[in-house]
Formats: sequence, structure tokens, C-alpha cells
Amino acid sequence: MSIFVDKNTRVLVQGITGREGQFHARQCIEYGTNVVAGVTPGKGGLTMDDVPVFNTVREAVNKTGANCSMIFVPPAFAADAIMEAADADINLIISITEGIPVMDMLRVKHFLASKSSRLIGPNCPGIITPGQCKVGIMPGPIHLEGNVGVVSRSGTLTYEVVDQLTKQGLGQSTCIGIGGDPVNGTDFIDCLAAFEDDPATKGIVMIGEIGGSAEEEACTFIAEHVSKPVVGFVAGLTAPPGRRMGHAGAIVSGDSGTAQAKIDAMRRADVHICADLGTLGKFCSRVFAGNKD
Amino acid sequence: MKIHEYQAKELFRNAHIPVPAGEVAFSVDEACTTAENLNSYPVVIKAQIHAGGRGKGGGVKLANSREEVKNIASHILNMNLVTPQTGPEGKLVKKILVEEGLNIARELYLSILPDRATASIVIMASQAGGMDIEEVAAKSPQKIIRVSVNPLVGIEPYHCREVAFGLDLSPEVSKQFCSMLIKLYRLFVARDCSLVEINPLVVTEENAIIALDAKIDIDSNGLYRQKDLEDWRDTDEEDPLEVEASRFNLNYINLAGNVGNMVNGAGLAMATMDIIQKAGAEPANFLDVGGGANAEMVENGFRIILADKNVKAILINIFGGILRCDVLAEGVVQAARKTSIPVPVVIRMEGTNVEQGRKILAESGLNLITAVDLNDAANRIAEIVKG
Repeated sequence: MSIFVDKNTRVLVQGITGREGQFHARQCIEYGTNVVAGVTPGKGGLTMDDVPVFNTVREAVNKTGANCSMIFVPPAFAADAIMEAADADINLIISITEGIPVMDMLRVKHFLASKSSRLIGPNCPGIITPGQCKVGIMPGPIHLEGNVGVVSRSGTLTYEVVDQLTKQGLGQSTCIGIGGDPVNGTDFIDCLAAFEDDPATKGIVMIGEIGGSAEEEACTFIAEHVSKPVVGFVAGLTAPPGRRMGHAGAIVSGDSGTAQAKIDAMRRADVHICADLGTLGKFCSRVFAGNKD
Repeated sequence: MKIHEYQAKELFRNAHIPVPAGEVAFSVDEACTTAENLNSYPVVIKAQIHAGGRGKGGGVKLANSREEVKNIASHILNMNLVTPQTGPEGKLVKKILVEEGLNIARELYLSILPDRATASIVIMASQAGGMDIEEVAAKSPQKIIRVSVNPLVGIEPYHCREVAFGLDLSPEVSKQFCSMLIKLYRLFVARDCSLVEINPLVVTEENAIIALDAKIDIDSNGLYRQKDLEDWRDTDEEDPLEVEASRFNLNYINLAGNVGNMVNGAGLAMATMDIIQKAGAEPANFLDVGGGANAEMVENGFRIILADKNVKAILINIFGGILRCDVLAEGVVQAARKTSIPVPVVIRMEGTNVEQGRKILAESGLNLITAVDLNDAANRIAEIVKG
């Protein structure tokens, strides 16, 4: 078991003929992901390697039964691509694209409310269920099949954490990057709830960062609904207020969004807080010790 | 991206949102001419910098005659204005806004911003104009009126009424206010704003609603469709190194410490800064060279970091994923040879092809210190800068 993606996931890639889209589609295929279609308007009828390319998402879905879309189109066209995928009833939409205007994401988010699709991202590394399905730009080989669920707002910081887990022999059920933008699709709570319900997940690692209040809200949820052990880490203790730290959403404004507030919330929710990224893998080993199969 | 008050007021004026008559001036002469053209004293002279709290720092003054305009303008222009938001170093004032004085009856607060949690657009207002909204929120949160607008539907008259009644406006003023709020909301959406704030929004003794102040931030992700606003970026208001870094598409923020650092990915870069501080040293910057950094970006990164004369040592922390460690190591070696780096460099690499990467560094003949893990890297760098 796992959450959101597994070996039955049928992936289509929006923007498959672009440089990034093509590179990462190939990486996913190499990992074993079932990439069934690509979409690039105007390039329908072509193939990328052996993957058929279609003009529209609806056509790709009708002809290939794709149920998951990975989006690489440039920011100016990304909101449109997400809505097209949702309108074609794609179950899971993963938007890797960074730099989508907030105004576009506000519209997308409300549009999705009337649809059945789940959006992960934007501005995220994607999702991977090790050994089964990788829909994203994360390096496959650092992952290991197992029972730790990982959810994070970051990219390379997540790889760092996963790598340490793997080196400790702690495999992962599913790892999800929910993205660094202020307005995104799937949030911490969605992932925590899914991990809680997933029998294959025995422990959860949650990686937060400054900005917004998603971690605080997640902690309220954890206190009430999550029985599995949760390890928490927050990046950005030294970030100066008012400055955007790379990610569009990583900004401390006034007193809100500070790393300390998030750490305090984690403490109140009995999350096992790891203060030292350098030894996070070992820390998880100790916390999850009683939960290994 | 921040823009100046006078620029925000130009956007207001174009959208038919009432602002005081006035004009920006870059010299004392221009200020005097504008004041004369306004044809009535007093006039208000306001320093134009990208920071709030200008009044508290002496950057906003009233002038009652041409002579006073001359004196005040020459005092404010080229002054180093220190406000609660500029930091102790202050900001050099290069332009001033000269405006008509108003007969103010009431001062209100009004802002529009996106709400991340609900993905809606929020209108905030309060009767305590002129005060920091954070201060009002802390002291008397019940005095803040918050109205959420669904971005798919847009603003409706009932949103405006809710705010207007909350502000206790007279029927006559309320009508003007509602018409203004609709225009303001539309401006916010059309111009990809991330904040529009009017503090204070005034009701004059003649019962007119006027935006006495104006602050607009633009979502930089939306700038590709706001080309005319892109030209309004004022690099004088930014850190010169940050301006330079942005030319190379590097995400760089200059900080006060002396440990330069270069990291791939924003989250890992923040975590690296935290680790540096935990080891007892202070980061000199935030620098994210991006998940897919190449040799050229590493080279530019070195140049930017070294342009900060406080930097005593550099920590490179790379997690090699799609960007393999051996490729990155080559980049570091190339860059180090080209740039001649006068400070010690500690490198911590992990991920794909890390063994080959470390070998390349070790065999380069360069004085690069390879750390075995994150904490080792942080401790070594702290030892170096502490001497």
C-alpha cells in the first residue's frame, strides 16, 4: 500500500515535448512508472520515445486511460494546463512548474473545489511510491521501499531527508513534496490523513519551512487525528523577516510564519521535533524503532 | 516587487481611485514648481522610499509657503532616512512626493491581499487609520473588518456594504467608498498585486474619500504580463549584490554574518543557514543556486558571495539528485580556478555519484576542505571563522 500513486497509476505528461518534460518523463519511465501519454497542443500524433503524444488531455485520457498528470508547461500556461487536466477528470494532477502567478492559483484552487481531481504542487518535486511509481523530478535511486511516509514543502531538503532515512534502512511508503508556493493544492493535512489511513505507513516525517500557517494547522490535525508517530523538522530559523527565501511562500511577515511558531505548534501536538538536520535519519530510527516490521 | 507611493498613486489615478493632487519631484526646484502649481498651501512633502514608517523618521512634512517647501525639500532630498522598517542603516531619499494638503475628518485603514489559507482575496479595513494594522490586530482584533471575496466570482456590492457599514460611514460617503472599493479590487486583480494598502484612507471635511497614502506590492510571478510595471523596479532600493545576483537568476539575500554559503534548493539553503548558526557562526547570505545548477551558476555564485567583504569562509552544501555530484564538483573546480578564491571553502556533497565528486575535488589540487557530513561541515566552518 501507499498513498495517491502506486504501480497501477497511469501517467500522462503535459509538456512532454519540452526540454524538462522530456528529460523527466524519461527518468520516470526508467524508474518503472507507467507513462502512457504525453500532451503538447499541436504535436498530437507524434511520439516521444514510445509514448504517444496528444493535442488535448481529454483525448489522451479517452485513448490511454491516463489517471494522473505531471505538468511541466511554463508558468504562463500552467494554470490553464491544470484546469484542462481537472476538466478531463484526471484523478491526480502534479504541477512541477515554478513561478505561477498567485492570482492564477487562486482561480485554479476554486475551480478545483468543484472537481474530483487532487492537485499536488505547484512548485514541487512531485510524488514517489518507492519501487512502484515516481511522478516527479526527485532522484529515484535514493529511495527505498518501506513504511515511513514523508511530506514536505521543499525539494532538495526532502531528498536530503529521504537519503538519510534510506541510509538508516528506513524505507518510505510514499514521499510527497507539496510545494513552496503560498497557494497550493494538497496540503499537509491531506497527506497526514492519507498516511494515517494507509496500513503500509507506520511513521510520518513532516518537513516544514517558514511562511504561512500550514504547519500550525497540520499540528492541530495531528493532535486530534494522527495516532502514528510523527517526526517534524522546520527550516528557516535564521531567515530574516520580510524577505522571501527562494520559495514564493517562504516569508515571515510580521509575527506570522516564523519557524519558532511552527516548532512550538509541533511541540504542543507531541510531534517528535528534530532540531538537527545532520542527524535526522538517526533521530527517525530511534523514534520509529518500535514501529518497524 | 515593491513600487513607490507615487507610482501606486499613478495606478490609482488611472483607475479613477481618488488621490490628492500632487507630483513626484527629483530636485528642490521641481518640488517648488509642483507646490506653486498646486496653488494652495499647506502642501505635504513625502520621502519616496520602499519602507513604511516614513513619518516617524522625519520623512513626511507639512510646508506652508514656497520658502518652507524649499527648506524642507532640500532637507529631505538626499537625507538618509531611518524608519522602523529600514534598519539602522536607513535609506537614501532620491525623490519626494509633493501633494496638496487636505482637511481630514477621519482616517481609516483599507487593504486587499490574497489569503493563502482560504485561497480567497481578503479585504481588511479598520477605523484606526494611520496605525499599523499588525498593532491593531494585536491590541484590538475585533476592530478589524475582514471580508473574503471568491476570486472566481469577484467583488459584489454586498462585500462593499459590509466594509462600509463596518467603518461606520455616512450614506453619502459610503456610496463613494463602495464605488472606490470595486475599482480597487479590480486594480488588485488586473495588476497581479500581492498587496494593496491605503493607510490612511481619509474622509475629508468636505465628505470626500481620498487615498492619502498608497502601497502596492506586485507578485513577481505575474510580472511577465505587467511589462509596464517591470520598468518601475527601483534597483536603488535593493541591495546591490542582490540586484547583481538576480541578473544571473540566482536567489541571493545578503545577511549580516561572515559565512558565505551556496546551496541547491531553497529549503536546503534555509536549513544550511540554520546549521551554520547552530554551530556558532553567522550566515553571510542565503544563496539558492537552484535544483538544476550548472558550472556557470556556481561560478557566478562564488563571485557574488566574495563581493561581500565580510565573508571569511564559504560553505557549499549540495545534494546531488538529477544534478550529479561529479558534474557539480567539476563546476566547483572550474569556478575556483577561474575566480581565485581568497577564503577557505568547505564542501559537503551527498547524493548521486558522490564518490566520483569527492575524488574530483580531492585531485583538483585546490585547497578545498571536504566535509564528511552536514554537522562536520558546519563545525569546520565555525572553527575557521572563529580563528
